[in-house]
Amino acid sequence: MNPVIINLAYIVSSVLFILGIKMLGKAETARKGNAISAVGMAIAVIFTLFDKKILDAGDAVAWAFVGGGLLLGAAIGIIAAKRVKMTSMPEMVALLNGFGGLASLLVAWAEFHFGDIKGADASVFTKISMIAAVLIGGITFTGSVYAWGKLSGKISGRAKVFAGQKALNAIIAIFMLASAVAFTAFADSQAAYAMLVAAIVLSLVLGIAAVMPIGGGDMPVVISLLNSLSGLAACAAGFVILNNVLIVAGCLVGASGVILTVIMCKSMNRTLGNVLFSGFGATSGSASQKLDGEMKPMSTDDAYYVLEAAQNVVFIPGYGMAVAQAQHAVKELAEILENNGAEVSFAIHPVAGRMPGHMNVLLAEADVPYEQLKEMEEANRILENADVAIVIGANDVVNPAAAEDKSSPIYGMPIIEASKAKTVLALKRGKGTGFSGLENALFFRPNTRMVYGDAKATINDLVSKFKDK
Amino acid sequence: MELILLLFIFTLSAFLGFELISKVPSQLHTPLMSGSNAISGITIVGALISTGGTDGSWFATSLGFLALVLAGINVVGGYLVTDRMLSMFKKKGN
Repeated sequence: MNPVIINLAYIVSSVLFILGIKMLGKAETARKGNAISAVGMAIAVIFTLFDKKILDAGDAVAWAFVGGGLLLGAAIGIIAAKRVKMTSMPEMVALLNGFGGLASLLVAWAEFHFGDIKGADASVFTKISMIAAVLIGGITFTGSVYAWGKLSGKISGRAKVFAGQKALNAIIAIFMLASAVAFTAFADSQAAYAMLVAAIVLSLVLGIAAVMPIGGGDMPVVISLLNSLSGLAACAAGFVILNNVLIVAGCLVGASGVILTVIMCKSMNRTLGNVLFSGFGATSGSASQKLDGEMKPMSTDDAYYVLEAAQNVVFIPGYGMAVAQAQHAVKELAEILENNGAEVSFAIHPVAGRMPGHMNVLLAEADVPYEQLKEMEEANRILENADVAIVIGANDVVNPAAAEDKSSPIYGMPIIEASKAKTVLALKRGKGTGFSGLENALFFRPNTRMVYGDAKATINDLVSKFKDK
Repeated sequence: MELILLLFIFTLSAFLGFELISKVPSQLHTPLMSGSNAISGITIVGALISTGGTDGSWFATSLGFLALVLAGINVVGGYLVTDRMLSMFKKKGN
């Protein structure tokens, strides 16, 4: 097929991607936007099959690989998308990011290898693009797989820090960049190939080393950053094969990922550098803290009477709700409270959970109408008139120390002001601290009552008390 | 000249990306992320060319094939899971 036609098709694809991303940003059009961008992808794939390079090679074996690879990838993708539980979404997104990154690495490697065999000299520019795709793709891949391990609980979610870690990571990065520079500079193809392999290995090591000191609560930042990187890797691969649609699409994803990353950092009042390099949450600083007051426990019986009389109830979910898989029970309780005449809303902190928007997805799965989901500012206004705030597995995002205690490591982080409610019910497994390792001043407030136990069991207990009355 | 054109496209796309989604409600953060993640699977185009267009090198074809499978999972899995999530966002009474 005439390359002009293929490129025209790529323009159509690019336009569909742009429209798709734009529509993904609004609730009413999001689903359609996703479908439109999928159509763009289908067009890009179909027209690529008519690329001269593939048609020229066009023997049965080449087509078998092309067809087989497409079918196999699609089949695994379909099964994975159908089977994944909504509570496992952060892991799924991390893994998909990683696959995209590795694919871009492999494309660059394959192009270099093929050019090497043909004895074609790659230009310096092409080599720079290749090595960029390799480095970004490699870091994205192992970084994502390591994040997946943390999120799925296969490895501890806590930040792992050790003496000399920063120096070691810096050394790995320097060696990686040095081999990258050598790769582009070496004219001898064998020497260049050796440098390419070194760069691949070092980028894979760096991906793991970089995510290691970042704790579970900072995962929303890491995942959005890896998302951005997977786009940039595709973009670099686009420069390798001189392909417009890769550059446009990859760049759009790169930019959107950066925006999400910035939003996440702002929601914690921290810089990206602080999230990536500080090893936040690795130490538990509870020993030195003295908080006034004491934690006052409350039985579910008493909690029932409090809720029974409440006119305005605000749920504040956090990662603990995801761990306990309590979203359906929470929805049931919310409905009962509504039928009991109470106003019910959900206060969602932007970094509650392990990925951007985590709580929204879980509550949507449980059929909570999205008008009830309130963003932080609005939620804080509602809380001023709330009778009861129910904190379910949220900790740092409701810690008043962020607003009041200048010496607190989370000072300055915008929080959901649960303590404004007349009564705060904190559902908690035990007396442990949150991700930051800090004692939560909220739990020591005079209007706070601790309801200990598994969040799901506690809420089911409350639900049955309402039903029995 | 072609390089300059590609850089031109790159720069404009970056600005476009920043403009497109400056304000997204937090409710849509996850779908936006997984939906844009599926788009980053566009590297599947490169993978197709690396698989089908590297006749004569088994190694390059194998690298391309692996890339094709991974990018395929990324694309198909990404779009479907995003759709599944968005289908759950309902208004009251629907």
